[in-house]
Amino acid sequence: MTAALEIRNLRKNFGAIEVANDINLALPRGARHALIGPNGAGKTTLVNLITGRVRSSSGQVLLDGDEITSLSQAARTRRGIARTFQVNQLFRNLTVLENVYLAIGERTGACNRLWRSAGSEAAVIEEALDHLQSLALSSDACRPVRELPYGRQRLVEIAIALAQQPKLLLLDEPAAGVPSSESHLILDVISRLDPNITILIIEHDMDVVFRFAQRITVLAAGAVLTEGTPDEISADPRVRAIYLGEKREAQHG
Amino acid sequence: MDASKSRPAPAGGESTVARAGVADFLVRRSRFRPAEALPWIAAIAAFFIFPSQMVLGGQTLIMILFALSLDLILGYAGIVTLGHAAFFGLGAYGASLLITDLGWSEPVSGLLAGALIAAIAGFLSGWLLLRYRGLAFLVLTLSVTIMLQQLGNLFRDFTGGYDGIPGVNVAPLFGRFDYDIYGHTYYLYCLGVLLIVFYCVRRIVYSPFGQALVGIRENIGRMNALGSPVHWRLVVVYTISAAVAGIAGALFAQTNAFVTLGVFDFDQSAAVLIMLILGGAGWLYGGFIGAALYMVLQNELAKASPEFWQFGIGLLLIGVVLFVRRGTLGRVLNVSRLLQARTQP
Repeated sequence: MTAALEIRNLRKNFGAIEVANDINLALPRGARHALIGPNGAGKTTLVNLITGRVRSSSGQVLLDGDEITSLSQAARTRRGIARTFQVNQLFRNLTVLENVYLAIGERTGACNRLWRSAGSEAAVIEEALDHLQSLALSSDACRPVRELPYGRQRLVEIAIALAQQPKLLLLDEPAAGVPSSESHLILDVISRLDPNITILIIEHDMDVVFRFAQRITVLAAGAVLTEGTPDEISADPRVRAIYLGEKREAQHG
Repeated sequence: MDASKSRPAPAGGESTVARAGVADFLVRRSRFRPAEALPWIAAIAAFFIFPSQMVLGGQTLIMILFALSLDLILGYAGIVTLGHAAFFGLGAYGASLLITDLGWSEPVSGLLAGALIAAIAGFLSGWLLLRYRGLAFLVLTLSVTIMLQQLGNLFRDFTGGYDGIPGVNVAPLFGRFDYDIYGHTYYLYCLGVLLIVFYCVRRIVYSPFGQALVGIRENIGRMNALGSPVHWRLVVVYTISAAVAGIAGALFAQTNAFVTLGVFDFDQSAAVLIMLILGGAGWLYGGFIGAALYMVLQNELAKASPEFWQFGIGLLLIGVVLFVRRGTLGRVLNVSRLLQARTQP
């Protein structure tokens, strides 16, 4: 069976700095795969390489068996890759509904139309409202995003990505910055996502990772340190060393 | 809720009562509000109240149109340019040369010629330059406008150089209405053109395309991630904006019966930017307030002090930018709330 996402010998260097060093990864369709590693391990860089936001130096990215390495970010998006951002990338002065509207309008081509009113695109609005409803955001549909509490903004971040109807969804620390009292809302949403969507999630919270992921890849210094099931990873002394080492450094610094 | 059985079940038991109302705000905001008639009533009232000022009035309408074209790219798409006079100038020369070189003096086709030339220039320069943003774009647009002006000076046999092209005399409007020295016909002509163009711009702004432009203004990175053809969207709106500026320039040439390379002056690009900032960008009516204020002030201050009038404009601009929230006079006058599309239901 072809993998939904396959990465072969992917490299990226900025001058002498190797931020992605010979990365190999394969996710079957519907996978729940976590990417962990200490700060600066290259997790977000890998997401940027997969989405085409950053061009790789060498290696291949395949989506459903098709090579997409040379495609632009926009073309990859049209192929069904969506992502959320570690730091919110929202249309802050627009309403929640408009944020999701844009994702759908760009996907369906509705945004190419410049003579009819945005409000007359009933199909786009209906679909946007469906997405908001499934994330319990309907009550904030007409509020500007900037007025929402941060936890709700993180949900909008996910709502936009879902409105792209992705085959592959890359979640970059979806609960980052959310108070722990609210983070379960986001995790609930993620655990309820369509099982047909292949998901790669970057997360620091080990509880989340172990609860959510079927397999885990550990990145360190731009390279894959190891990959395995949650049990294998939690038993791996190298992984423990990295995380303990990081904690020690944090105590010093 | 009964109508939505096929939809995914709401999480957290959220009320769906608001659903219809929520969608309604997107529908309603593109409808005309009664207050939007105010600027037009004012423009018609001015015609009857100040019949001796209609030359100034016509020029003001032209600047409103010019500011409207800038609002489309600055206020909605977030493109800051210092070279918008290029399109105004090309429109002015297009309309003029049609008359003086080709002997075609029908006014409305003159406007279309001006719009077409400006649109072609907007498309080409936009396609090349809109890859750059911010300061780079500012300098590039400024440079292109200066180069156009110098090209015009080089081919002065064709353009008349800084001495200009005299005798841009248009035929009567629709073959019937001739022009009087008080500028009454010109004023109504300009008002009619402004109304038609305004209607088109307004439709574009409230379209899904217009929504995408606002998305680009708000967060271009996310639009890229959404797969939006950002560059093409910007090229399209830049071309439309250039065409509108070209129409303004063509009107300017026709109503003055004269055009010089001064239309390409940096002052011209800066003045339209100042007008838009005075009135507020991104709500369509900024140009009305800003251009009217600027033109009237310029007229009055220049009478009081012919060499010093710009000081007054500068002082006003500083006051607006520093002390008025979001730098718009429109908000001080608080009319924007009546005119602007509400963002909340």
